[in-house]
Amino acid sequence: MSVPQYRKVAALALVAGLGLSLTACSTKSDDDGSDAAGKVTITVDCQPVAAQKELLDNWNADVAEFQKQNPDIAIKSISVGQQCNNPPDFTARLAGGTTTDVFYGYMTDLQQVLDSGQAMDITSYVSKDTVSTWDSVDPALKEVFTDGGKLYGVPVKNYSMGLVYNKTLFQKAGLDVNNPPKTWPEVREAAKKISATDKSVAGYAEYSAGNTGGWHFTSLLYSQGGRVLAEDGKKAAFNSAEGKQVLQNLKDMRYGDDSMGSRQLLQWGDLLTNAAAGKVGMFIGAPDTTQAIVSQFKGKFEDWAVAPLPGQSDLGKGTLGGGEGYFFKKDLTKEQVEAGLKWIAYQKLTPGKGQFDYVRAKPQNYPVGLPQPLLFANGTEAQKQEFDLRKANANVPVENFSLFENKQLPIVGEPRDAQAIYAILDSAMSGVLTDPNANIDTLLKTAEEKVDQLLAAGS
Amino acid sequence: MAVMTAPAPVKAEAGVSPKSRRKIRDNLTGHAFLIGAILCFALFMWYPMIRGLVMSFQHTRRGVTTWVGWDNYVRIVNDPSFWVAWKNTFYFTALALIVGFAVPFFVAILLNEFRHAKGYLRVLVYLPVMLPPASALFLFKYYAYDPSEAGLFNAILTSLHLPTSEWMQSTTMTMPAMVIASTWMNMGGAVLIYLASLQNIPGDLYEAAELDGAGIWKRIWHVTIPQTRLILALLAMMQIVATMQLFIEPLILANGAGTQDSATSVAYLIYQHGFFQNDLNGAAALGVIMLVVLAAFSAVYLRLSTKD
Repeated sequence: MSVPQYRKVAALALVAGLGLSLTACSTKSDDDGSDAAGKVTITVDCQPVAAQKELLDNWNADVAEFQKQNPDIAIKSISVGQQCNNPPDFTARLAGGTTTDVFYGYMTDLQQVLDSGQAMDITSYVSKDTVSTWDSVDPALKEVFTDGGKLYGVPVKNYSMGLVYNKTLFQKAGLDVNNPPKTWPEVREAAKKISATDKSVAGYAEYSAGNTGGWHFTSLLYSQGGRVLAEDGKKAAFNSAEGKQVLQNLKDMRYGDDSMGSRQLLQWGDLLTNAAAGKVGMFIGAPDTTQAIVSQFKGKFEDWAVAPLPGQSDLGKGTLGGGEGYFFKKDLTKEQVEAGLKWIAYQKLTPGKGQFDYVRAKPQNYPVGLPQPLLFANGTEAQKQEFDLRKANANVPVENFSLFENKQLPIVGEPRDAQAIYAILDSAMSGVLTDPNANIDTLLKTAEEKVDQLLAAGS
Repeated sequence: MAVMTAPAPVKAEAGVSPKSRRKIRDNLTGHAFLIGAILCFALFMWYPMIRGLVMSFQHTRRGVTTWVGWDNYVRIVNDPSFWVAWKNTFYFTALALIVGFAVPFFVAILLNEFRHAKGYLRVLVYLPVMLPPASALFLFKYYAYDPSEAGLFNAILTSLHLPTSEWMQSTTMTMPAMVIASTWMNMGGAVLIYLASLQNIPGDLYEAAELDGAGIWKRIWHVTIPQTRLILALLAMMQIVATMQLFIEPLILANGAGTQDSATSVAYLIYQHGFFQNDLNGAAALGVIMLVVLAAFSAVYLRLSTKD
């Protein structure tokens, strides 16, 4: 073959290859989820990434054991890095229609999933027969995944906020570690004392960027008894006395007391990095925040304790609650939905198995003894089993969480369109934390107008 | 696949002259490669653009897509952040034109004047370009722009007995700080282009100017700038188009919107609508608006440069 001919053939082969690969991409799969041997195959996301070695080993062991018990089901688990706790990633996958058959979402995601037209109504599939602990799951959590009387998701984790504080810094500042602040004025006093001992330490730290500012504003607002939205969900309700109190408190601490450190515009990892480095005295968060401080940011469990969320004149009037669950992709076969439910029941909702396998987790670098996730309602059999197993296998100082666990505040759920509202409220939070002349009324008014517009557009 | 199976050349042969046939045959390899490139462009560039345009006139709710005319555009224009984002973007572009455009040109002139260690200096200037933008910006975020006195820039200011700044936490300093970081990151490429252009200027022009008694500033004004006019104009246009797509700087340096929206750019607002507010249709509409504005800039530029 002469050289020019060879080049022509090569070029045509290249084009043919590209063309065929494009054709392959565009071929719509008519896969019904069953293979030749009659096995039902489901894809599931949130497989831990390779860097989380022990968690990944546990996951793989769970998949192997589950498949052994259910030889007619094949689990294809997928891990795409941050996809399971990164809203932009989730939105992209949802919009692109590339979610797995059974896919993870926040409790705030139901409307978004419904809007994308990808959620399957699983009401008729979920019962005590398919998920043995279903009757024990807290009804409030089921409600979060319900719309118009139809169930679209299965809750697998929940949290509520408290006051997370550093015992070592408390001791250095002469504060009583067993009697942490119960009100915001007490938080202010304690923060002043902590930062007075070391100027590089923030007595109290707070978020104001990447949606986390709005998320914490909501929690602080609930602690004061306020609400983000009006009862009917059609108007903003945070431009209130409680909302002003939240921002005034932060502004006073930041510029009046100088007890919040100089670095602001913090988002999730920023605050926890500082906390793990011993530079934060207090912040608000769920008990599992301490797990992130230890496993991701190299802090120590012994340093941290959690108390109930403070309020203005007594403990908080409410606390923000949220969590996560699994949705089912539209158009799955009956067999696939049943297989998916079986898997979730096994890995997420059975005391002693999967995420509740505390015997396995105890010797690993995974904390046992945190008072969360609380999935099962008080007094149910599953709750008792989970509680006893947790206590028996605790590997973290459980007494550090007892104040929080013994005084559960009323949990208030996240508002509709939570992530979009949080993004807007970031601006109000960054305003009071970075500008000594910030006008609280203007900040709240502007945010209110934006949220009202957002709600009007979505309705 | 149509590309493979279509017997186009055979069919075409009937009505095509032997000359044209030969032309086609001779360029078969080129055409084959071209088809691949066109397919890639179509799939990854043109299709998303057209799809974005279509989406900007649609609204999707509960999986049902409806045509809504200009509704998304009206909504986006009435978003209180819309004008803030445009104001910020234009401000950044203006600052970037003054600083980011002029600095590389003068650095190139300086480098061109050096007689020794030219290669070494060029590597030094180009070095930041080799750093991934995210890494460079994290350096600025955590070390240079640390608002405490321990921050690099604040330490320098303190040592000079000048007032310190809160940098990214200050509504007034956010944009200048982003321009400084962006100029530092991107300067190397522009400097190399200017240098190449400067070295093409015939040396006798400078000699003639010197004989006429022109000092350095007059030589720059009367020889260097006119001789590099075309490349200056081209890079100015590219600078405008690139800086108006400001995105990674706010995302990393300001954690998104910055303090009180002072870092929100149009491109970041598109991202926020699309991925945080679950408003892909609104994001598409804003994308189209941005495309139109940038196209208008380019058209004006082309018009002016042709007149020239």
